[in-house]
Amino acid sequence: MRGFRPLFFSKAMPPTDAVAIERRFEPRAQADYNEAPNLPTRQPWMDAFFKNLTRFFAFFVFSILAAILISLLFHSQLTLSKFRFDFLSNAEWNPVTEEFGALVPIYGTLVSSAIAMIIGIPVSFGIALFLTELSPTWLKRPLGTAIEMLAAIPSIIYGMWGLFVFAPLFAEYVQPALIKTLGAVPIVSPLFKGPAMGIGMLTAGIILAIMVIPFITAVMRDVFDLVPPLLKESAYALGSTTWEVVWRVVLPYTKIGVVGGVMLGLGRALGETMAVTFVIGNSHRLSASLLAPGNSIASSLANEFTEAVGDLHSSALIELGLILFLITTIVLALSKLLLLQLAKREGKKT
Amino acid sequence: MNALMLGISGFTMAFGLFWLAWILLTLVYEGFSALGPALFTQMTPPPGSSGGLLNAIVGSLLMATMATLIGTPIGILAGTYLAEFGRRGWLSPATRFINDILLSAPSIVIGLFIYSAYVAQVRHFSGWAGAFALSLIVIPVVVRTTDDMLKLVPDSLREAAVALGAPAWKMIVFISYRAARAGIVTGILLAVARISGETAPLLFTALNNQFWSLNLNQPTANLPVVIFQFAMSPYPDWHRLAWGGAILITLGVLGLNILARAMFRR
Repeated sequence: MRGFRPLFFSKAMPPTDAVAIERRFEPRAQADYNEAPNLPTRQPWMDAFFKNLTRFFAFFVFSILAAILISLLFHSQLTLSKFRFDFLSNAEWNPVTEEFGALVPIYGTLVSSAIAMIIGIPVSFGIALFLTELSPTWLKRPLGTAIEMLAAIPSIIYGMWGLFVFAPLFAEYVQPALIKTLGAVPIVSPLFKGPAMGIGMLTAGIILAIMVIPFITAVMRDVFDLVPPLLKESAYALGSTTWEVVWRVVLPYTKIGVVGGVMLGLGRALGETMAVTFVIGNSHRLSASLLAPGNSIASSLANEFTEAVGDLHSSALIELGLILFLITTIVLALSKLLLLQLAKREGKKT
Repeated sequence: MNALMLGISGFTMAFGLFWLAWILLTLVYEGFSALGPALFTQMTPPPGSSGGLLNAIVGSLLMATMATLIGTPIGILAGTYLAEFGRRGWLSPATRFINDILLSAPSIVIGLFIYSAYVAQVRHFSGWAGAFALSLIVIPVVVRTTDDMLKLVPDSLREAAVALGAPAWKMIVFISYRAARAGIVTGILLAVARISGETAPLLFTALNNQFWSLNLNQPTANLPVVIFQFAMSPYPDWHRLAWGGAILITLGVLGLNILARAMFRR
């Protein structure tokens, strides 16, 4: 049986005319235009110049990420070699005694982003669902644009609004209620202790949530639109309600993309600077309560960098920036990989 | 169940719109009282005296212009490689991947990078450093839109141009660019909108300047950092100016966004 092939698959068979013609006129990939011998390219020098120019700048963009990493590594040598891994677990941050540890800002960054995700994910899902399935067609565009405008508002505006408008109201009405109710529940009570100051981790988290909603919503809308109508219509034909279609058909189908969108939002939340700087309180103390002021990596940088005293202080801040960059790069890379995977699956199907 | 969940979905939509409305209304309420001719004709004042934001507005415009002038050509050329030449090989997918990460990279880290790569070397803060930092934010936006828009241009157009004997560079410049022009311009506008509100990358590059200066080799005043500084201060006059600046920036950014959308649709 070895080597057996039905005759009509054999390579020896000359292609029929139709195949031969098709092969001759197969569209060439762009890269071939220069090399193709029989095409009348009359300006080979100019072509080579233009191609290499674009290639140079593509490589330039490609190398930015590495350049940032190397430059931050280089400028944080001082603390990298002095504190090693203790930097990550030390909660002390004292420019006077030159004792630096990143635990408090890392904790603040992670906690405020986590709050943002807890609020932002369900809300974004609801909005994406509304825009793709429920909204009347004529309302889709204005509502979609309005949500996108949330992303266009500069972060410093969120910060100012948060500090002057949101935080006072939050301290007066919402926080006391939280302390009274959730502060009395056994397990979560440490999270809601302390005076109602308005600024703090929770406030930062809520404002971050508003800021990431448009990003997560945009990705969710895009991937929801990828679901083949046939699938949805079949489910409807079987008598499913809209919610059942979304929950049992659309969501399982777009799972990877939804997670990718969430990661994208997380990447944004982790690195957000100005809005957080205004409302997080900027205190280098580790506190279990979400109502207490804290600090995030980005806000420490914004507050302290220009006033850093001494090389060790700047080096510690640059190392903080390096940590932030590594975390966000990993999160964003994961997000991108997930979305690429979904796109690839789509490509195979169609 | 269905009705409940759909009700919640409608509620989240209202929730999202509620914040947008609240923020914009606050801005209008607080900001319009601060708007006036003084805002555009006077320099940033010391606390306690009256003044405007002229130097900050001009500084911001200068830096945004420079950043766009630096970032746009780089972005367009890199995007051209991705869409036109790099259909095979590793550089194109790798650059696309990294570009998407840069698109969402924390802007404060970009400021930190320019600080360590440029400011720390020349040993002074400057408007140029601010412009470089902003251009690093422009580049990924422009690369992405250029790449996406060129990919939408049908290959048959390119083949037709090449079949007529056009060299590849002419084909790209006169056919692909022209077909994708609206999209590319939209990308540039969006990039400008994005950098006009950016504060974090300017904090340790352009710093701030209380006085009138057109010299980008000096620390340069700019709206976002002035707003930050004034809003964080304890002085009510400065708060008022900060609100005035805030409404200016927001109107500018939202206007650019809407303009970009309108252009793209047409």
